[in-house]
Amino acid sequence: MEWLAALGRAGLSFSARLGRANLLFVAMLRGLPALLRRPRLLIEQMFAIGVLTVLIIAVSGIFVGMVLGLQGYHILSRFGAEATLGVMVAASLVRELGPVVTALLFAGRAGSAMSAEIGLMKATEQLSGLEMMAVNPEHRVLTPRLIAGIISMPLLAALFSMLGVYGGWFVGVGLLGVDDGTYWAQMQSQIDWNEDVVNGVVKSFVFGVVCTWIAIFQGYDCVPTSEGVSRATTRTVVHSSLAVLGLDFVLTALMFN
Amino acid sequence: MSPKRSPRDILVRIRGLKFYRGSRAIFDGVDIDIPRGGVTAIMGPSGTGKTTLLKLIGGQLTPDSGTIEVDGLNVHALSTRDLYRLRMRMGMLFQSGALLTDLSVFENVAYPLREHTRLSASMIRKLVLIKLEAVGLRGAHQLMPSQLSGGMARRVALARAIALDPMMIMYDEPFAGQDPISMGVLIQLVRRLNDAARISSVVVSHDVAEASQIADLIYVISDGRVIESGAPQQLREHGGEWTQQFIRGLPDGPVPFHYPAPDLASDLFGEPA
Repeated sequence: MEWLAALGRAGLSFSARLGRANLLFVAMLRGLPALLRRPRLLIEQMFAIGVLTVLIIAVSGIFVGMVLGLQGYHILSRFGAEATLGVMVAASLVRELGPVVTALLFAGRAGSAMSAEIGLMKATEQLSGLEMMAVNPEHRVLTPRLIAGIISMPLLAALFSMLGVYGGWFVGVGLLGVDDGTYWAQMQSQIDWNEDVVNGVVKSFVFGVVCTWIAIFQGYDCVPTSEGVSRATTRTVVHSSLAVLGLDFVLTALMFN
Repeated sequence: MSPKRSPRDILVRIRGLKFYRGSRAIFDGVDIDIPRGGVTAIMGPSGTGKTTLLKLIGGQLTPDSGTIEVDGLNVHALSTRDLYRLRMRMGMLFQSGALLTDLSVFENVAYPLREHTRLSASMIRKLVLIKLEAVGLRGAHQLMPSQLSGGMARRVALARAIALDPMMIMYDEPFAGQDPISMGVLIQLVRRLNDAARISSVVVSHDVAEASQIADLIYVISDGRVIESGAPQQLREHGGEWTQQFIRGLPDGPVPFHYPAPDLASDLFGEPA
């Protein structure tokens, strides 16, 4: 019976956390009018969350593109289809790797930083201090981070895909001798705006909402101790990664029937 | 016991306060009157819920039963907007200072002014420097919180707490962990701000000597109840056995030195548990 009770407790705890996360999301959305009056808060967070993540996204994008170029060339050349290397690299990046890898890197860099910062603000009573200064911490601290995360993710994914395409070009065209014009022309003719690009943007937007929401909730809901903050950052990375991979399958299934 | 006061003289009125954490009663029917214009100390051993009491007064926690009125307003019956309006008239000094670590000392003190007033930048600058001068840290206005000592951080937090000229300030363990000089400065500041700006002060502390030095009225709480209340001198001379032990810091008394345990001889020579 012990295991049954433990299962029940875990279920109740999960439901309670899910409920709190949803309430927090609604509370953050309520802070949107206040954010519109103070766009500076959003710009600050766009810098902290988006701009400071650019380096890891750019470097990863280039290397992922280079690996795709290398692997793609060796497989395609077996069938004499190396001319389609540009399509393969671009489609892989825009549809899947761009949004997914960006979201995983985002969770590891910006998401964990966000959880730790909010958790420490809670542990050092800064959030309580704001409340006692008659400032709503959900609107003042959390809403700008949520919106900045949602805006940043598609932009970072686009940067990742763009640099990945150039990485593939560098290896395929620059090192392995694929024709330059063919690389770009095939890509231009075969990549569909709606099916590939827009779907990729939709995916990264959804990942942006989910990853930022998870990061903020974990920080805000953590036990205000050093151990609690550490656990919150770990949970942010683990939960975000699992959510991104799971949602990617669901979204892909919906988008491509 | 405390003298009778008219309702107008009472700033915070707590009646029948009950608050539980799980099944443990933190407060079990507490009645407290905090008078206007004075320094009221809430004292008791660690873990008796003194900080919780401040959070209940500030509306950050909700009691299981009972009422808390601040300036005639039932804190827990207010709408969010009215509660925030009330909080603008209440300052709170947290034990850690709770300064925003990404803002300088100046910006921390300016924060509530920027949030709640439409004063010009030059007026805000003047006000911030005046508040920092009051706590002796005008010269430190460019420093970041990480560059401050614990005592300085609390003084900056105090300047921030008085930025909007509140009617009351709640101090959460203001003297804990301070060196004698910082403690002396804080003691003097609490009393001076209270008298000069006519701010009512609620000091939560277990530092008996320091709190007794500045308090006009002391409430001693333990085990979820008010054990005694009165002027410091009155409690020192006529307080009950428990209060005497607490005030004089005696190791044994109603609060025993030993944690409840079986007989020593049977524990040493009997069968192991």
